[in-house]
Amino acid sequence: MPVEVLLPSTLDQALGSLAERPHARPIAGGTDLMVALNRGDERPEAIVDVSRLAELESWHRNGRVVLGAGVTYSRILADSPGDDALTEAARAVGSPQIRNRGTVGGNLGTASPAGDLIPVLAARDADIELVSSAGSRSLPWHEFLTGPKSTAIAPGELIAGASWPTPAGPSTFAKVGPRNAMVISICSVCVQIDEEARAVRVAIGSVGPVVLRAPDAEAFAHDAIEEAGGWEDPSRRPAETAAARFGELVAAAARPIDDVRSTADYRRHAVRVLAARAFTRMLARRPGG
Amino acid sequence: MLVRLRVDGEWREADAWEGSSLLSMLRDDLGLTGPKNACEEGECGSCTVWLDGVLACSCLVLAAQAHDRDVGTIDGLAGDEGDLHPVQRAFLDAGAVQCGFCTPGLVVAVTDLLERDPDPSELATREALSGNLCRCTGYVKILDAVRLARRRPGEP
Repeated sequence: MPVEVLLPSTLDQALGSLAERPHARPIAGGTDLMVALNRGDERPEAIVDVSRLAELESWHRNGRVVLGAGVTYSRILADSPGDDALTEAARAVGSPQIRNRGTVGGNLGTASPAGDLIPVLAARDADIELVSSAGSRSLPWHEFLTGPKSTAIAPGELIAGASWPTPAGPSTFAKVGPRNAMVISICSVCVQIDEEARAVRVAIGSVGPVVLRAPDAEAFAHDAIEEAGGWEDPSRRPAETAAARFGELVAAAARPIDDVRSTADYRRHAVRVLAARAFTRMLARRPGG
Repeated sequence: MLVRLRVDGEWREADAWEGSSLLSMLRDDLGLTGPKNACEEGECGSCTVWLDGVLACSCLVLAAQAHDRDVGTIDGLAGDEGDLHPVQRAFLDAGAVQCGFCTPGLVVAVTDLLERDPDPSELATREALSGNLCRCTGYVKILDAVRLARRRPGEP
């Protein structure tokens, strides 16, 4: 079957092509779509190459962080000193070859529950920016993700990027997998502290149909820091037992399943241990912590 | 569709199937069999090339995405007289080649690493090669080859 391939050089051209071909698939790094094409699992009527669109490569940090859909994991690693969770998540993706090609937009568009950037965006209450020839709109991350590998993208729309308030505190990301590279996570965690709002936010991946937040764990973490006087003075750490309790509450929010990568039981165990460690690491990253 | 690209310094074109990967175009349409075809899902690295100077799995690039772009393969490393690139020489001298199937991808990945970091640590080396699988050597001789190539910085 013929596949129509379009190679637009501007965002407007790309959106025009997508408007005329609502079932076209955009391709950037190809790290997901090419696998499906090579296997014969997908035969889109049309493919629109978005890898030449400079408009998707913007990345500003002006009050809000706006991360363009075309930014690759390698560029995140090269350009984001000081953003611990984002850097740790980008570093956990694939291999050098995959990080050189895979993009923010691809991670969002594929919408895998195991997508490595998604817990970071979720822990920052990120909005996902969508554009089409008719205009643009912005959706909170949890409205954008509608299920495993399913999103609210409408026909003709393209992911422009993600944006979130500049994090006012340290963060960390970690994942579990059978080796140190080229793994789809068995579970993943991002913990973010917001010193201004005096809040802790935690998001978990690969332990539910979509990336999940753990509100009970977030409330507990806030209270544990408050009881220790840690909001005023980061050197005053919560009790040693707080990290373990935080891990238990994170695990309680997980809705894992058995699949080819792991079992529900192991995932619940691993996410508990990972969340406890991540909590401790995040606290240690506070100035004076 | 007609795809035109520069491979190892030479402009080439082929009428590739629209859904074809860059790897298929190189091997099947242009007869350039240096990059190897194994997993076709970016897992093994045997098809590794440079796309506009950036290390990539050619199986994950749509051939049309490489239109008007520059592709570097294993076949561009040796000199005109057949004199081997220092990384190729190091692989031979270290005995880092057994069945040889992963070798083109690994030589390209090692060359890329040493161009960016002429004196990589063991950890940096392992991380840089994490996208290239070898099922024969157990990697020991490959790491030996990297150490050898690192000690012998040579002209490309």
